[in-house]
Amino acid sequence: MRLSKRASMGLRAMVGIGLAFIYVPLLVIAIYAFNSSKILKWPPPGLTLDWFAKAWENESVKEAFVTSIEVALVATAIALVLGTLASLAVGRHRFFGRETVSFLVVLPIALPGIVTGVALSNTFTQVLGIGLGLFTVVVAHATFCIVVVYNNVIARLRRTSASFEEASADLGATTWQTFRYVTVPSLRTALAAGGLLAFALSFDEIIVTTFTLGAGEETLPIWIFRNLFRPTQLPVVDVVALVVVLLSIVPVYLAHRLSREEGGVTGGRGGGPVEAEATNVP
Amino acid sequence: MGRRLAGFLHGRPRLQVGSLLAGPAAWLVVGYLGSLAVLLVSAFWTVDPLSGEVVKGFSLENFESLINEPVYRTIIGRTVLIAAAVTVTDALIALPIAFYMAKVASRRGKALLVVGVLLPLWSSYLVKVLSWRTMLSEDGVINWALNPFGLEGPGYGITAVWLVASYLWLPYMILPIYAGLERIPNSLISASEDLGAKPLTTFRRVILPLVFPAVVAGSIFTFSLTLGDYIAPRLVSNSQFIGTAIFANITNDLPFAAALALVPIVVMIAYLAVARKLGAFEHI
Amino acid sequence: MRGKDAHSARTAWLVVAGLVAFMLILAGCGGSDDDGGDGGEELQKIGKGEGQVDLISWAGYVEPEWAKPFEQKTGCTVNNKVAGTSDEMVQLMRTGEYDGVSASGNASARLVDGGDVAPVNVDLVPNYETVFDDLKDQPYNTFDGVHYGIPHGRGANLLMWNSDSVEPAPDSWDVMLDPKVASKYKGKISAYDDPIYIADAAVYLMTHQPDLGIENPYELNQEQFDAAVQLLEEQQPNVGEYWSEAAKQISAFANGDSEVGTTWQYQYFALQEEGEPVAASPASQGFLPKEGATGWSDTWMLSNVAKHPNCMYEWMDWIVSPKVNAEVAEFFGEAPAQSLSCDETADKNFCAKYHADNPAFWKRVYYWQTPLADCGNGEEDCKDYNDWVRAWTTIKG
Repeated sequence: MRLSKRASMGLRAMVGIGLAFIYVPLLVIAIYAFNSSKILKWPPPGLTLDWFAKAWENESVKEAFVTSIEVALVATAIALVLGTLASLAVGRHRFFGRETVSFLVVLPIALPGIVTGVALSNTFTQVLGIGLGLFTVVVAHATFCIVVVYNNVIARLRRTSASFEEASADLGATTWQTFRYVTVPSLRTALAAGGLLAFALSFDEIIVTTFTLGAGEETLPIWIFRNLFRPTQLPVVDVVALVVVLLSIVPVYLAHRLSREEGGVTGGRGGGPVEAEATNVP
Repeated sequence: MGRRLAGFLHGRPRLQVGSLLAGPAAWLVVGYLGSLAVLLVSAFWTVDPLSGEVVKGFSLENFESLINEPVYRTIIGRTVLIAAAVTVTDALIALPIAFYMAKVASRRGKALLVVGVLLPLWSSYLVKVLSWRTMLSEDGVINWALNPFGLEGPGYGITAVWLVASYLWLPYMILPIYAGLERIPNSLISASEDLGAKPLTTFRRVILPLVFPAVVAGSIFTFSLTLGDYIAPRLVSNSQFIGTAIFANITNDLPFAAALALVPIVVMIAYLAVARKLGAFEHI
Repeated sequence: MRGKDAHSARTAWLVVAGLVAFMLILAGCGGSDDDGGDGGEELQKIGKGEGQVDLISWAGYVEPEWAKPFEQKTGCTVNNKVAGTSDEMVQLMRTGEYDGVSASGNASARLVDGGDVAPVNVDLVPNYETVFDDLKDQPYNTFDGVHYGIPHGRGANLLMWNSDSVEPAPDSWDVMLDPKVASKYKGKISAYDDPIYIADAAVYLMTHQPDLGIENPYELNQEQFDAAVQLLEEQQPNVGEYWSEAAKQISAFANGDSEVGTTWQYQYFALQEEGEPVAASPASQGFLPKEGATGWSDTWMLSNVAKHPNCMYEWMDWIVSPKVNAEVAEFFGEAPAQSLSCDETADKNFCAKYHADNPAFWKRVYYWQTPLADCGNGEEDCKDYNDWVRAWTTIKG
């Protein structure tokens, strides 16, 4: 699109301001991670690396970190299975209630977290009579992670034609063989992107987790919430936050690269929409 | 065995669909929808004032309170208003950024920007809210920056909630709009320019209508995430919102909290229905 | 083909709808498992420790200084969840995931009535014998003659202010509740975010509007209740923060966001340690402003479904043993429950300062208790806790 010089400058300025808006709060936290004082006055009186050492020594942080990873892995696995099944059904077949499935899948994430959390917690403790613990958290997380996988896979299915699968069947392959050798390769990167994003969603989740976690365990967000206001722990929290952000650069970049691969079968348009849709996070 | 199963399923599309959908359907419909249904049924129950035990009789008491006591109308109105304000704000901020990313940036710039926009999604929600809480405080960054000019930051309050919520959900608005803009073929834009339209006109009459469903898709999340949030409002304001009211009542009056929870559910279902009509579901 | 598709698909949805309905029925019938009624039986003998104990407590009640030695002595690992309000404590206890809780009077009656706690056999707690007499057999820890817990300690809610910004030093709750005075500190006032705070307004009215005839700030008839609520509604525009997490209030005072408020000694000490210029009503005034104050007398209670009852009994005995209770009291800043602790405190005047052995002093401190419709004078028209909760939402606006 041809823009006048002024318009172009104006646009760049707006983008610059937008990006500043996005990153300034993160920088503030990064700076506080080096704060030599425990009180959150600005500007910080001095800088120190002490808190990084303290964070490294902190047992509860490490436990919470590991728990978060475990929960996210299992929830992502479940979401991958269920999300793929659902999107295969919707993407490759026509049936009564097809639209409803899309609606249903979005619901756990469209409804406020507190509603989902209370509803699930209530069911676990009152209706099913099971105690809260890692199992219930995983179930809850999987529920709202399904949609991430579903979106990515269905976007890919829409772009890849079913004719390849039909051709495979015509050539004598069984349903399983077609699935293994034709469908899955074209879905692979969409699955990977969806999985990475589901992992991210589960890893950072706090609200639903608060209601579905048992007494003895902690995920990293729960640990952060518990320590958010304790004056002695606050800089450690900031350090943890900074580390998480830095660590996540790799998976985010990976998800982005993966979604840009075509997988060999496209529906006709070029690369643009693929990367955008696949990295789309609800 | 696999072959026979495959052969059996082959001519029976509805069985195929059924077997594909069985797992997700059981999980989502029975597990999730069922939980919601149970919660909402409990909205018709009441609570014994002394023991706090739930009394399972049918009663409209909770809904009467919601309708008759003016404070709840205030709370609901306030929450919906902020959610709308956040949605509009995010749409306004997201459009230029997404447009730049989709249509103006170089290939490398685009990749960098996508990663750049996605990254904040990965930093902890709590930490982002904490960051704003410290920035907005009396001795925080915002006052430190504005005081030399004789100005003062908004401090805590409803304005703070609007600022923080707009900040938190911005990436959820940028990405669908970006995807939507990417889908608009450059040839359309060139054609519009060739026909003599100025950039602004092209934007208004060609691009905007085409990207609108994507904006609605993004708005689903900014609206709903603001509607139900209770942590951010608690940390940067004193005011009560739907989320904080639900949270405050969960402890001693679960039926009433359930009745309160009905409000965002109804609002979101209505919102989703409208969004679907506007074609947003293709863009989520 | 299409018709058959639709038909069987419809059947599928019907089946699913049926399953959902089944869940609803389950919900309607189930969930009534804590009808403990009078609450289980007392333990007759403490057995072997179970290896851990899961507690719910106020901030500052379970600290490593005395929790770690306990773990070493008994082998019971201490898992503690800090709660900010009594409501939270009641709700957490109801999940059945905890062994015990340090309950204030506005939680204990509800826990007993809800069947969430069990009677405590005080014979199994040797240190109970030397607990101060005016803490035993109180209406908030003994119900129908049955003991339901071991006293932890007691204290009054404090009026705290930033001595640099608040002048002159206040000696009355005026600075928070009288609109003329409070408006000077608009946006800097910090009030406790719990319906029980209505009692603070009632205490204020006892002195400033005596013709309302309030005798017990937790037993308020409609007229008295409305007056208290109105006072708080007038306070609301001046309030900067309603706090429920102690640490949140600490950070607010430290940042200058709050300058005067109602608090506990725990926050006061923490801020002093950080070098913040905070002050509170001095010991010579009994830490109380003119009108007196609300306060609390906390009791360790045992869950009806405790998974580790033996460890819980060990904990209750430990926490009220002379040395530990002294540490606890000095750390938090409250009067110890254990009379022998007065010899164990680091500050030899601690008990005297905190009026630990002065029952007359505590007459001016109105311990948190659960508001009930039963006014105790034969009438039934007092506002109950549900009314307080509803009013609190209206007050905050």
